[in-house]
Amino acid sequence: MSRIVRSPHPFEHFTIDLLNATDDDMREVAETLGLGLNFDELRYIRDHYLIQERKTTDIELQTFDQTLSEHCSHKTFGGVIHTPEGTVNGLLKTYFRSLIDELEPDWCYSVFEDNAGIVDLTDDVGIAIKVETHNHPSAIEPFGGAATGLGGVIRDVLGVWANPIACMDVLCFGPLDYDYSKLPEGVKHPRYIFSGVVDGIGSYGNSIGIPTVNGATVFHENYTGNVVVYAGCVGVLRKDQYIRNVKPGDNVLLVGGRTGRDGIHGVTFASAELTKESEEVSRPAVQIANPIEEEKIKRAIKVVSERRLGSGITDIGGGGLSCGVCETADSYGLGVEVHIDRVPLKATDMAPWEIWISESQERMLLAVPSENLDEVLQIFEDEQVESTVLGQYNSTGEAILYHHGVKVAQLDLEALFNPPKLERSTSWKPPIRVEPEIPEPEDLGAVLLKLLAAYNIVSKEKVVRRYDQEVKGQTVVKPLQGWKAGPNNGAVLKPLDDSWKGIAISSGINPRYGQINPYWMAAAAIDEAVRNNVAVGGRRISLLDNFTWGNPEYEDRLGGLVYACRACYDVGKAYGTPFVSGKDSLYNESPLGPVTPTLLITALGIVPDIRKAVTMDLKEAGNFVYLIGETKPELGGSEYYHLHGQLGASVPKLDADRSIAAYRRLTEAMDAGYVRACHDLSEGGLAVSAAEMAFTGDLGMDLDLSCVPTSEEMRDDFILFSESCGRLLVEVTPGHKDAFETVMTGSTIAKVGEVKGEAMFTVRKGGAILVELPLEELIGAWKTPLEVPR
Amino acid sequence: MKREDIKVLLMRAPGTNCDLETVRAFRDLGVQADLVHVQKVFRDKNLLDYDIIVLPGGFSYGDYVRSGAIQAKEMEYRIGKEMVEFVDTGRPVIGICNGFQVLVETGFLPGFEGRSQYPEAALANSSHGYQNRWIRMKNVGKGNCTMLGHVPEDHVISCPIAHGEGRFILPSERREKLLQRLYDNDQIVWRYVKADGSFADGEWWDNPNGAFHDIAGICNPEGNVLGLMPHPERAYYGYLMPEWTKAGAPEKYGDGRIFFDSIVKYIESKF
Repeated sequence: MSRIVRSPHPFEHFTIDLLNATDDDMREVAETLGLGLNFDELRYIRDHYLIQERKTTDIELQTFDQTLSEHCSHKTFGGVIHTPEGTVNGLLKTYFRSLIDELEPDWCYSVFEDNAGIVDLTDDVGIAIKVETHNHPSAIEPFGGAATGLGGVIRDVLGVWANPIACMDVLCFGPLDYDYSKLPEGVKHPRYIFSGVVDGIGSYGNSIGIPTVNGATVFHENYTGNVVVYAGCVGVLRKDQYIRNVKPGDNVLLVGGRTGRDGIHGVTFASAELTKESEEVSRPAVQIANPIEEEKIKRAIKVVSERRLGSGITDIGGGGLSCGVCETADSYGLGVEVHIDRVPLKATDMAPWEIWISESQERMLLAVPSENLDEVLQIFEDEQVESTVLGQYNSTGEAILYHHGVKVAQLDLEALFNPPKLERSTSWKPPIRVEPEIPEPEDLGAVLLKLLAAYNIVSKEKVVRRYDQEVKGQTVVKPLQGWKAGPNNGAVLKPLDDSWKGIAISSGINPRYGQINPYWMAAAAIDEAVRNNVAVGGRRISLLDNFTWGNPEYEDRLGGLVYACRACYDVGKAYGTPFVSGKDSLYNESPLGPVTPTLLITALGIVPDIRKAVTMDLKEAGNFVYLIGETKPELGGSEYYHLHGQLGASVPKLDADRSIAAYRRLTEAMDAGYVRACHDLSEGGLAVSAAEMAFTGDLGMDLDLSCVPTSEEMRDDFILFSESCGRLLVEVTPGHKDAFETVMTGSTIAKVGEVKGEAMFTVRKGGAILVELPLEELIGAWKTPLEVPR
Repeated sequence: MKREDIKVLLMRAPGTNCDLETVRAFRDLGVQADLVHVQKVFRDKNLLDYDIIVLPGGFSYGDYVRSGAIQAKEMEYRIGKEMVEFVDTGRPVIGICNGFQVLVETGFLPGFEGRSQYPEAALANSSHGYQNRWIRMKNVGKGNCTMLGHVPEDHVISCPIAHGEGRFILPSERREKLLQRLYDNDQIVWRYVKADGSFADGEWWDNPNGAFHDIAGICNPEGNVLGLMPHPERAYYGYLMPEWTKAGAPEKYGDGRIFFDSIVKYIESKF
């Protein structure tokens, strides 16, 4: 006899008897309902209903399924992990929240507790920031997946009552020239994914009128089966607009687009591995985007927020209404009554469970006190946005759902949000890699040209230009610098009309280092993000972490994740940079194997006066070029080794204390006006950064390798292409030479070159000329078209 | 009239998104700028309370069907008569980017014989897809577009373009004849130029979208309806210019200010 019995109602609804169910019984139930719950969770649910002494319903089980998914509950980051170095009782708590407790930053307004983190801009104004991943949907349907990824993160910012002002995107693809014949079934070619994702992000961001100001496009073999799409959003709000005060009797108001069958089981899909069947099975899990709907919602919410008419707000994303409604009720210690049949639908024949968990886009959930309800409804009507009262919050601690007057679910919120903690263990250690033997090249100039055209260095102008970078007229430092369109370190925005105070947004990501050592990968990513931020004039930096990892049920994936989290704590502590928000995407596995361990770090800094922001282009002939930081033979995972088809072992190891000391001094030098240009050293090392500064400023540079401070005797090619952390190039006028050197006292710096009037890039060592290339040739190589197979 | 009495109506539809920077530019010049949803304008039909109408950039109604087409049809249906009345008073109407597309779709531009019932030109898809980058455009008008009277002849403005559909084209079989007509009427206002000030001559990069005859903006034969694809409002302040850091600190204003300044000065002296 089946445990699933159809109820005698004129709509689809089932009761399920879990009494004395065996694992096999429960597997059958889970498969029939399409649930992603594991046995531990199923047993927990069975026992819960045993105590309740009743049968469960399809909607109740679907709600558990959504809430307990990795995507919604982040059980890996919350769970217990046993490692050889001891037990970690929650990665989030141990390595991220503790950082906040120890650093005690008084400028963090709301961290790790809401849809987005909020930090102070001024005394009255806060900046909200969030970065999300949307990997799985983008692998199946690149355009829709990427577009809805951006739409979702914009709603996260709306979900803290903030007005979105800028977006970021970091995209990771397989090589565009990937051999078609090597592509397994169910994996789409990187070129197809690339064009879909880029178009999807552009279509959404451009239409909704939020500039995309920062990002990166990264290529690596391991992204072929696991495309990675990070989408971020920054918003601004007056701090007293941040209202979280839902009371019993407040209305559950659903606003925005209609609910349809698009995006059913999105979170369970996102919490599983991709297989060749994913295309067929999970296509309905990908939502359909309508940016104009969200543009209207954005306008209306801005008004509701400014008039302070709501008592709570959250976005409807993963898990649909089930998560949005239950999480809101639970977080205020309340209960809720919802009438599912009131939800406006795209398809009228939807079953209540489908309506309840659908992830249809462009929907937000507001809590509105009854006395403000009419005014709020009018605001949405004025913007031509549908808004519907679904029910009311109450003090029962339960979510009770009705469909056409019939009670279809009664959920105990305490049980829903307090499942047993996951326990896992790992004994994994980073693998031992070997350093390759690479013959010293005769023509370093030729190597430099090749590096400039390498996938991870070459100009991404083709991508960046697809996005509106300056709508709203607040983008002071743009992603591409000037008419030559060189790569700026980060973006600077001026969010307030009546203040010169601005924000700096930058990012760091190093997918190749992760294959050598996840700890140093994470350290390098944090350093890169912070350094980029400092380079444009940012300080008082807050960080966001976005992990993209493989299946954490495998020891090596989990072990690497723990290492990377430790690095976040260690470097965050040394740098004094708290994490204010984050999101992990696990289960990035495809027929081609796991994703390369990837951590995107986003840095948000404050620029006290945007008129002092610094760009990376050389400014004036005759100026001096300084190198900050020490160059070490650290080429493991470098672009230079990759050019030779090698990975290597000598991954850059960040000296956090020395680096942050140098950055603080550099900030001081910038404030004093000594710094004319500044550029970080990353992929391709010194040579690539110096060349970028020269061709962007359309000025020559003369670089002397014998002046470069190195940790030991190094080969010329290693000095030029090492990717050691903590280094920046700085342009200083001769008149400020002494003052600059005085400010930088205590840090490793050296004058390594001069800016030249003639358009030539020269590298010498003492008297010998190692590289001599016209700027035109360098920029030509750097602007090699991205999409042409090489 | 007094500057502070000048009233600007900025109409926004769902998807309009360059409204705030445009409002900001006008307000900086000391005039009143009202940003009003088209639905409210349709209800109030109070166009004549204003001295100038501005249609800002964006993606009205998602630019589905064709850029600006839905907003144009809706406006035609709801306030077509009032729009014609407004234009006939000689007061200026400006469309920037999506607003230009709306003015072409509503038949106000080029408007050879007054407002036409169907679009006489098109701002079609350019082969390079959507792009946002800086271009240079030269004022080539000879005085017909009176609102730009305070922009010197041959003056070049650098400002961004941000569109996927902005290639100005005329029906190919009558192209040369219509071009001559545009010249005869002094309707060509802005043309894309190279860094040295010479015309882009259709060459990609300096002419960003393949626009016929490097045309970036035109006005009607009467000179009071103006449309352009580039965004002067995004070049209003010095800190928005692409290479302001070269000089150390930004100038107070950028290249785009002269555009708005001229329009305000014109209304001030004319009405």
